[in-house]
Formats: sequence, C-alpha cells, structure tokens
Amino acid sequence: MLLEPRTHTPLWMTIIAPIAAVFVVMVLCSGLIMWAGAPVLQSYIALAKGAFGSKFAISETLVRATPLMLTGLAAAVAFRAKLWNIGGEGQLYMGALAATYFGTGMVNLPAPLMIPFLFVVGAIAGGLLLLVPALLKTKLKVDEVVTTLLLNFVILLMANYLLFGPWKDPMAMGWPQGAPIVDAGILPKLIEKTRLHGGLIFALLASVSVWLVMSKTKWGLEIRAVGLNQDAASFAGIPINKTIIRTALISGGLAACAGVTEVAGTKEYLTLDISPGFGYTGIAVAMLAGLNPLGVIIAAIFFAGIYNGADSMSRAMDVSNYIADVITAASLLMVMLAVMLTRMRIRFS
Amino acid sequence: MTDTETVLRVQGITKNFGDLVANDAISFSLKKGKVLSLLGENGAGKTTLMNIIFGHYTADGGHIEVFGKKLNASNPAEAIALGVGMVHQHFTLADNLTVLENVILGTEPLWKWVQDKAAGRARLKELSGEFGLHVDPDADIKSLTVGEKQRVEILKALYRGAKILILDEPTAVLTPQETDQLFGTLRDMLARGLSVIFISHKLGEVMAIADDIAVLRHGKLVANFPVAEASREIIAEKMVGEAVPQPRRQIMEAGEELLSVEDVSVKDENGQQILKNVSLHLHRHQIIGIAGVSGNGQKPLSDLVSGMCRPGSGQLNLSGEAITVFDPKEMVAKGIGRVPEDRHVQGVVGDFSVEENMILETYASARFSKFGWLRKKEITDYAYSLIKAFDIRGAGPETIVRGLSGGNMQKVILSRVLENSPQIILANQPTRGLDVGAATFVHEQLFKARKEGAGIILISEDLEELLAVADSVAVMYHGQISPQMPVESVTLQQLGLLMSGEGFSVHSKGQDHAA
Repeated sequence: MLLEPRTHTPLWMTIIAPIAAVFVVMVLCSGLIMWAGAPVLQSYIALAKGAFGSKFAISETLVRATPLMLTGLAAAVAFRAKLWNIGGEGQLYMGALAATYFGTGMVNLPAPLMIPFLFVVGAIAGGLLLLVPALLKTKLKVDEVVTTLLLNFVILLMANYLLFGPWKDPMAMGWPQGAPIVDAGILPKLIEKTRLHGGLIFALLASVSVWLVMSKTKWGLEIRAVGLNQDAASFAGIPINKTIIRTALISGGLAACAGVTEVAGTKEYLTLDISPGFGYTGIAVAMLAGLNPLGVIIAAIFFAGIYNGADSMSRAMDVSNYIADVITAASLLMVMLAVMLTRMRIRFS
Repeated sequence: MTDTETVLRVQGITKNFGDLVANDAISFSLKKGKVLSLLGENGAGKTTLMNIIFGHYTADGGHIEVFGKKLNASNPAEAIALGVGMVHQHFTLADNLTVLENVILGTEPLWKWVQDKAAGRARLKELSGEFGLHVDPDADIKSLTVGEKQRVEILKALYRGAKILILDEPTAVLTPQETDQLFGTLRDMLARGLSVIFISHKLGEVMAIADDIAVLRHGKLVANFPVAEASREIIAEKMVGEAVPQPRRQIMEAGEELLSVEDVSVKDENGQQILKNVSLHLHRHQIIGIAGVSGNGQKPLSDLVSGMCRPGSGQLNLSGEAITVFDPKEMVAKGIGRVPEDRHVQGVVGDFSVEENMILETYASARFSKFGWLRKKEITDYAYSLIKAFDIRGAGPETIVRGLSGGNMQKVILSRVLENSPQIILANQPTRGLDVGAATFVHEQLFKARKEGAGIILISEDLEELLAVADSVAVMYHGQISPQMPVESVTLQQLGLLMSGEGFSVHSKGQDHAA
C-alpha cells in the first residue's frame, strides 16, 4: 500500500470529506451506545436535539462555543508560528483572575468602558503569562510545550489558593467562589431568558479580526513565514524572536479573553469550574479548523454541540456523557484523516 | 555482442503524476560489465526512472527484468535481492554509527539478540580489499570525508550483493582527484563483472567512464547510443533539444572597491574555528569565484556577507565604511543581494505563494505595506511584472512555490534579489541542480548585474562554471582562503589540487586584487 500526493483535489471532495468523517464517527460510536444498552438511532436524535433542537439548546451550545472559539483562536495563532502553546487553560484562568481582581469593585467605570476594560486587563494578564515561556524559548531554547503545560497547574492552583483564601466571597455561604463582577462589567444578555451573552459577539469579532491580521497584514505574513520556514524567514530578515514574542502576546491574550467571557458573561463570578478544559479543547478546535481563524467558529460550535448534546443524551437515554469525549476525539482523528485523503491517494499494489 | 549477457532490461516503463508524464514508454538495456550513463536535464525523469527500478515507485506501465527475472515493483527489498544497489546523491548513512554498523544495518533480522559483527567485519574487509575501497570499519561516519562516505555507500550496496550499481550524480560532491579515484574503483568493479548505471550532468565525466549513453528529455528516451559514436555537442543538443548559446564573459575593467573582508575569523558554537584570517576584496564590475570542496568555510563566508553571523575578529567594509550591524535586514538595506545556498531551506518559504516569496525581504517597505496592512494589489502587480521579466513559467502570483521546478524556484529568488538592484551580490551555489537552460539564465542575470556595476561573489563547487563565469578565483580550504587568481592564469587541475589542500597557501595581507 502506497500513499501518493494528489496533483489536485476536486472541490466536492473538500466538502464531502469532513461530513463523511463525522458520519464514520457516528457509525463507530454506535457500538459504544449499543454497549450501554441504548437504542442507537434514538440516542443520536436525543444528541442532535440537545445540541441544536430548540432555541434554548442552540443558545446553550453557543454559550459553550464562545470560550472554545477564543481558546481555539489562541491555539490557531500560536501553532501558525510553530509556537506550541499548550497553556490555554492556564491563560484562561489568568484572564478570569484579572477580571475578578479588577472587576469586583476595585475599578468602577460605566458599562461601555468597563466591559472593554475587563477584556483588556484580562488579555494583558494572559499575554504576560505566555510571555514567560516565549522568552525562555527565544533566549534559552527551553521547550515551550513543557513550560506552557506546567504553568496551567501553577495558575489553577493559584486560583484555588485565592478562592479558598483571600478572595473567597463571604456572601457565598462557604463556597469557594469570588465576589460577583460589578453590574457595569457584566456582559449583556443577547436573548431574554437564556444565558447567551455578549461574549459570543466578542468571540465572532475576534475570529474575523484574527483572520484579517493573519492573511492581510505584515504581522500575519511574519507569523506565517516564521512558522512555515524559520530559516528562510530569518535569511530574508524577518525578526524571528520578535515575531514569536508578539505571537505569544496575541495567543495568550485570546485565551485569557475566554476566561473573561466566562467570569463576566456565563457565571458572573469566578469559580474553580468555569472551564471544563476549554483551554485543552481549544487545541482540538484549532486542529479541526485547520488553524483557520474562520474555521475555528464552526469547529467550536460543532464541539460545543457535541458536548451539550451528549449531556442531554445521557439524561434521556442513560448513556454516560463521556461519550462526548469519545465523539469529539474520534471526530478530530477522522477529520484529519479525511483531510489527508483529500491531499493524498492510496494505491494498492 | 552475443556473448555479453543483458543484466537489466527496462521495457516500456511509463509513469504519470497526475497530468505530468514523468516517464513515457522508456526502454533500454544494460549489459554485463558495462556502464550505461543516463543523461538529462533536471526534471527529465531520471530520478523517477531510477526510483522505479529500485522499487520506490510503481510504474503505471511496462516492466523491468533483472537477470532475466521480472521485477515485481514497489519493493526495494526485492530489487536488492535481485542484485540492484543504489547510491543516492544525498547519502543515507547514520552519522552516529560506525562504518561497519552502517554497512550491516538492515541486513540482519530485526529480532536477534546479538549482532554478528565478526562475520560482517570479515566480509567488509574482503570487499574493500577486492575493490580497493579502503575505509576504517570502526571510524564514525561523521568523521569521514565526503569521498569516504561515498565509498561506504558503495560498500553498503556491494555488501548486499549488488551486481548492478545505480550511482545518482556521484561526482557532484567530489574533487577532480576524488572523481578519478572513484572512476578507478568503478573500472575494477566492471572488470569483475558488475554493471553500472551512472547518472550525471557532467558531460566530460560521462565521456570518460560510460560505454553507452541514454538521454532522457521531458520523460522520453530521445537517444540511446554507444559513447564512441557521440560527441559532446551531440549529447548536449539531445539533452536540451536545441543548441544552447552559452553567454560569454566580457572582459571588463574592475571599478572601485565595493566590499572588503579584512582578516576575518569566525568560530562556530562549539568554539571550532570555521573561518581563519580570511581576506577578500570585491570591486565594481567584478565576479570573484570561490572554489572549494563543500564544508571548507564557504558557508560561514556566505553567512558573514549575508548578515547571518558576525566576525569574531577582523572586519567587513562596505565602500570603505566598516559594517557594525550584522543582520540580514541591514545587509539588504545596504544593497547586498543574497542568493542562498539551499533554495528550499533558506531561499523560499515553500508553502508561500510566488508573490509572498517575492516580497519576503521588502514587505515592510512603504511600497508593499501601509499602517501594517499589506498592499495586496501592489504586491500582485509587482509579482506579475517579475514573473514576466524573469520568465517564470507555469506560475502566477498565487501559485504555491513548493510545486515549482528548481529553475523556476531559483528565478523567484533571483527576481527578489536582483529587482532591488544590489551593488554587491552574493550567490552561493546559484546553479546547483539546475538544468543547462536554467543555469544559463542565472549566468546571464549575473553578467547583466555585473555590467550595471555590481560586484559578485560566486561560490560554486562546479569548477567549470567558475572558470567560465568568474574574473578571478580563490580557493577555500579548512576555513582559509587562497589569494585571488585571475581566471586566465589557472587550470582546472590546479584548482583541484588546491581544493584538496596541495600547494595551498593563505592569502597574504595587503595583496592586491586581481585586475
């Protein structure tokens, strides 16, 4: 069996490939559903309904997709420059911590200023957090996979310390949670009686902006050149270290904004479970999107839909909601395989 | 001729890559004890054909017989079992293992507790004695010279029982003396009944070693005849399809000094001295050729002038003014055009489009960007004009560069460099791997720049190229550089000796340039 590159890929193949991949995943996962003793078709229907079946389901899916878009963008930008930022989770919490620090009474501004202010301080905090691994990488050639990954635990434990100690809200009846964000800092609701908040608008704008920066600006050209061929970029006079550090600030800032949307939008105060691994899932979102900032929007909604759908499937059909992790992981693998097959053909000898 | 046995028969081999016909019904045969030379420009299909014979690719049509047995393609192990050995242009040796370990690597079963090195050693000794291929079995590969590494590659093939040896551009990395040695070895092997397929660009060598010649052009076999019936002109014409007029170097008066390298030494990261007291003087309207076996200091010299490294001691002067900032951007701004050694590594971003590669050095200028935004229309127009001016075929501004041929890729780099009218041009191996037509184009462009007043440093391992193009030549050896010698006063043989260190003397200080 041999793999050979295709000279060109027909358009229909590019469109069919991801759909076929998801279909294959459903077939594969039906085995697990049967094993759990549930009827396959009804289970998938329950999943689809839970994800997109009603106004409420759609709003919940979009609430969940919002932080995934931002952490997905963070990974997409960093990976374009071959800066392997695995620290989205830590940067998310850093953004949430900054929003809590400044947003619970320390600074009081009218809402049109307060909300941007929280995003700015959050982004700065997240950017600075990734600056440390970026500097270690550029100055001392320390592998950023290790440093960014380990910083996640440092920040999460720091949040633990703060919420069980100095930042614990005395009004929260002993729960480890922060004081509520001031009213002016709360992201406005988009639809009455849902949790859908303005963070979605921010995430969509961020996706479009990142796409514009990556494809239409000097910075984008530099980031892509450094990622694709550092030797040629360096030879042509593109400042490598400066570009990596700039990428780190952008990437860390984007991931931190996901923390801001959760604290100031979804929860309205800081808890230790604001993120069920959004930072890590963001990596999968970015990969599924092929590192395309606009693709991140679709990939984030897809992942959020699967997670929410699996929750309601588990309630209705008594299938563990861990099936969501199986489906998303399998989807990622299958889509990557499908994309490879659009570029290569298999020959049997 | 009936007594000579046919060892390899290629019958109607056809291979398509999409719309591209890489091999079109090619047939030829190789006889025992003979050398068949396979000639052709880059992209003519030589490598594809060899990969089919060696089992890397599956042919779409036709078949191959080795010693009368049909080769079921797509498996190198079978080709090896039938006695086909291949020495690739880029060596496939593990640097951190010894010669013996490299030779026996892969010949033993995977699941075996102890390697039987003694038997391997005995056989290796026997083979190297028999064919005069002397290397120390216990030397680390990384300590060997290029010529020695090639001997190991040949031994590897012989160890696996090769009776037909395919050599892909074996002389590209050798000095003329090492080439002679290789030819001696090959003649020994022929006398012992081995057969050789010899792939090369260099006509002189082909005439010296081959018995038969097969010429490929655009995937077709256009000629197949005994070497005795051929002349250089005929072969060249068959390769290119038409007679190529070689641009002639005009004699020009050198102008004022553009660049001087004064007594520069450079150490690498490990503290190894890679440039030793190198001095060089480049003048307007002058092409200085730098000869030398690869790895003798050409890279640090080119890095230095490119702004990729800084001198440990000594200095560089641009029109009499000392350079203090060593940075690629700074060098470009000061009017130094740089054509890097390895197109794929330093020259282009392969996954970028033609236009993005064309502005890679100048994207930040007011012409191509405004407030941080790229001026797309301006960039595309610029790319169109360069594609036209440099005759870059089969490509538009948005074409991804990776898919271009070597020649067209080099034209993208040349256009980027020359369009800024550099006063100093550093061209490191600008024609390596290019076919005659593309190489001629590169030379024409260099001559044009020289005529307009540029000074050019041309680093090349191809001595014939240096003698044809340069005004004066200096040889690098072990990080040192010889005096610049007017090209009329040196011969190929003299350069070859200097390259191997014989009679090499260092540039004495204060010596004037060759006019």
